[in-house]
Order: sequence, then structure tokens, then C-alpha cells
Amino acid sequence: MTRQTQSGAMKWRYVKQQVFFGLVRLAALILTAALGGLLFYIFINGFRVISWDFLTLPPTDSMTKGGIMPAILGTLYLTVGAIAVALPLGVMAAIYLTEYAKQGKVVRAIRIGVNCLAGVPSVVFGLFGLGFFVVFLQFGSCILSGALTLGILILPTIIGAAEEALKSVPQTFREASLALGVSKWQTILKIVLPNALPGILTGSILGIGRAAGETAPIMFTAAAFFTARLPGSIFDEVMALPYHVYVLATAGTYIEQTRPLQYGTVLVLVALVLGIDLIAIIIRSYMRRKKRW
Amino acid sequence: MTRYQKEIVIKNLFFILSLISILILGLIVVFLFREGLPIFREVSVREFIFGREWYPTYSPPAYGIWPLIVGSLIVTLFSSLLAVPLGVLSAVYISEIAPPAIKEILKSIIELLAGLPSVVLGFFGMVIIAPWLQDTFDLPTGLNIVNASVLLAVMAVPTISSISEDALYAVPQDFKEASYALGATKFETIARIIIPAALSGISTAVILGMARAIGETMVVLMVAGGAAAIPESIFDSVRPMPASIAAEMGEAPFRSGHYHALFATGIILFFMTLAFNLIADFIAQKFKEVGSATL
Repeated sequence: MTRQTQSGAMKWRYVKQQVFFGLVRLAALILTAALGGLLFYIFINGFRVISWDFLTLPPTDSMTKGGIMPAILGTLYLTVGAIAVALPLGVMAAIYLTEYAKQGKVVRAIRIGVNCLAGVPSVVFGLFGLGFFVVFLQFGSCILSGALTLGILILPTIIGAAEEALKSVPQTFREASLALGVSKWQTILKIVLPNALPGILTGSILGIGRAAGETAPIMFTAAAFFTARLPGSIFDEVMALPYHVYVLATAGTYIEQTRPLQYGTVLVLVALVLGIDLIAIIIRSYMRRKKRW
Repeated sequence: MTRYQKEIVIKNLFFILSLISILILGLIVVFLFREGLPIFREVSVREFIFGREWYPTYSPPAYGIWPLIVGSLIVTLFSSLLAVPLGVLSAVYISEIAPPAIKEILKSIIELLAGLPSVVLGFFGMVIIAPWLQDTFDLPTGLNIVNASVLLAVMAVPTISSISEDALYAVPQDFKEASYALGATKFETIARIIIPAALSGISTAVILGMARAIGETMVVLMVAGGAAAIPESIFDSVRPMPASIAAEMGEAPFRSGHYHALFATGIILFFMTLAFNLIADFIAQKFKEVGSATL
């Protein structure tokens, strides 16, 4: 091979590389543009609707006017309920998996279980919530049923995040504590958990964001089209932001007329969910930078 | 109670709680079957799955969910045509090429994309993509396979990207160094060394992404159009399984044939996604030694 063709071949290899890098950058750009475009569009159309009244008044005139306060409140109740269910269960399951369990068939089965639960479609959670909480346990369609359904939906997220957080606590911390004669449970409670807490917190916040945005699981278990009064107990139906968006955009006779309300509700929902996610992301990156070990 | 006994009690308590995921999976199966199986007193399993007529409210009703299954498979397939290249390429960019600052930003963007509520994407599809498709291609409706597939791809990309990225990271540094030492360019190293070494993790990512798309409800409910028929073109409307369940459950009389049929559709959907997840788990486990992603 002469020197010239050799350098030609070399050049060709770099051309291929440049083309590939271009494609790869394009993929990243498309994703950024998709998110940016969507957020920009929602903001532009939604922010004019947002006012103090919109956030604090109930819907009026057959949901064609007024605000979305009951839906905001309902989403809050459901989300708080979901995290109250999932956080203790998830953290305790994660403690067993990381601190106690010996790697073996049982742990493997538990992990497969967690992965499979994470993959269950949200509408199937809705069906399960309907069949189990609403019908079998006779809770009816209410906050309790919805919160329990959302709770088991975010359970795998919490278990995964808590496991990561517990694993990241250095083994030497545990050994130092055990060497002082502290029991295993005390070590977990006083040494491991406090050090894993920020990580668990981040995971929980992400779980909250997920629960706040889900629609399908609450459709048959908790959400109401419209409630004349605010819920008085956990056995009342509630309005919820995602369901409100769905209902206004697809059902009813005034779809075009309520468009501004839809944009407003979407903006509030997106701001809420992505705001929550962003807080988690910021806490996490702050923690990574501050880490002492 | 002695300290030792207390330790044993706590350990066993946590063990029992750790079984909760399996317990819930079991309960899901039990209650889907409890509410879904009665439909098979009216139709055979074969008629139910392969029947081409879905008219649950007619009399006599027809409970054939084949059009719904086809609808689900088609939107999943088309969405993965978009989501797989986007997801894998963005993962390659993040793990191998991007400067650290851009890497962090892009990871956050993908995480936020994953956090977008599906009802918001569905809404976006209804008010933006649908009218645009309708005008541009002169269609009777913009609520169709293309619209749903694009939005499902947006939902599947974060899953594919983040799991592929883990798999790419897990490829040992030695492999790359050996490749560079042989004079390979960065592209050649990525294409012939890194991606093949991470292939099991990337496959896992793709399968989980598809599982995400097939089970996604709000997007297909709002933008797939809702026609329970086998589509003939990519601009036809379809009614994937989750859409059918979500749309009709509210109207189906309690414990009617329709109600049971929707639960039975849920059974099919559940086992399809379960199969996807088990295959992904199997691949991830089997090829663990070669530096695949830890799930």
C-alpha cells in the first residue's frame, strides 16, 4: 500500500467517526429539543391562565370556569398517602436486602419480584386496585384506595433508591460500629440509616413525583370527575390534577371552550411534577459533591 | 427479651417485609383472575384472544381482543423504531463522548423526560401533533398510530437510554485501552468493542423500553384514536389494550361480561409485560460476567 492510499484510508476512518459523532449529537439534541419544546409550548399557553383565583377556587359553571383547587388538594392527599404507604415498606425491604440477606435463591427471587413489579403497566395497577381495594376490601372509590394503589406502584422505585443509598454507606462504618460491641440492629439504626438518609430522601422525592403524575391507577380507584365539596375523610372520592386534565381534554361538551383551563391545569401539573423531580436531582448532585468518603 | 432474641425478631420481620413485592405480584394475579376469569364462561380463551370483533356493548356482545392486541403490538413496534436509536445513541453520547458538564445536563434532561406525566404527553399529542398530522397528510383524523408511536417513543427513550448507559459504563476500561493501543479510532472502539461488550445490557434496556411502551395507558388512550379494528395503514386509528381498559371500565356495569372481559384483557397485558421483564432479567443475569448492566 502506498503512503497516499494509506492516508486516504485513514481519512475515511475519521470521516466515518465524524458522521457517527454527528448522529450521536443529533440524538442528544432531539431529546433536548423535545423536552424544551414541550415545556416552552405548555408554558406559553398556560401561564396566562394561572392566577391566584385559578389556584384557589373550585371549578364553576359545569367546569367551564373557575379554578382547580380541589384537584390540587386531591393530588396532594393521594401523593402523601402513597408515600406514607411506600416509604416504610420500601425502606424496610431494602434494609433486609442490603444488610441482612445472604446472596442466594431467596434474594434473587425477591429482586426478580421487585423488577417485575416495576414493570407492571399502570392500568393493571388500576385494575388491581379496583378488584382488591375498591371491591374486595369494600373501601369503594376513595382516597384510601387510590393512595394504596399509587403506593404499591412507587414501591419498586423506593426499594431501588433505598438499596442504592444503603449500599453506598462504606462497609468500614458498619465494622467500626460492630467492633464497639453495638448490635447489628443498633448499627443499622444509628449508623447506616442516618448516612443513607439523603439518598433515601432523593428516591422518595422521585417517587412522589411519579405518584403525582399518574392517571391510570387512580381512574377506577379514587378520582372523581367533579366533587361538589372537598373530601372530608379518606373514604371520599377526590378530584386529581392528571385526571382533571384527561377529563377536560376528552370528555364533556365544552372541550374547545375549556382549552385555556386545560393548558393551565397542564402547566400546574408539569410544574409540580418536574419541580419535585428537579429538587431531587439538585439534592443528589449536591450530595455527590459534598460526599466525605 | 435478650438482645440476641430481639435481633432475630427484627431480622425476621424485615425478611417478611422484603417479600412484599412478590406478595403484591401474587395478589395482582389473584385479583385479575378473580375478576377476569368469569368471561371464559361466555367465550373460549381462543375466541377471546383471536376473535376479531370487539363489540362488548352490543347484544349479543362480541369479546374478541385480537384488534386490541394488534393495536398494542403495532404502536410498540413503531415507537421502538424511534426510541431504540435515540435511546442507544444518546447513551453512547453520554457515556463515551460528551464533556462532563454536558453529560450532567443531558442526564438531568433524560430524567425529566422520564418524569413527564403521561397525561401531559397525551394532551400535547391531542392539541399539537394531531392537528398537524391531519393538515399535513390530509387525514380524517390525526389521532392515529403515528401520533401514538411518537409519544410512546418519548416515554420509552429514558428507560432505554439510562439502562444502556449503565451497560456502557460497565465495560472495563482495559477493553478500550487495548483497542486504542491497536490504533483504532474512537468510533471503531465504540462500534466494535464497547457496544458489543455492552450488548446484553443494551438488549435488556430495549426490552424494558418496549415493555414500558406496551403498558403505557394515557398516551394511547388520548391519541391512538380508539378504533377497535385491525389497521391497514400507519395513519389508521387503533385501540391498544390499555386504552380499551381505561376507556371502558368506567361505563362497564359491575361484574357484567364487559367488566370481566376488561379484566381478562388486563390479564393478557400483565402477562405480556411480565414476559418482557423476565426475559430482560434473564439476559441481564446470564451475561453478567461480561460487564452488563446491573439492574
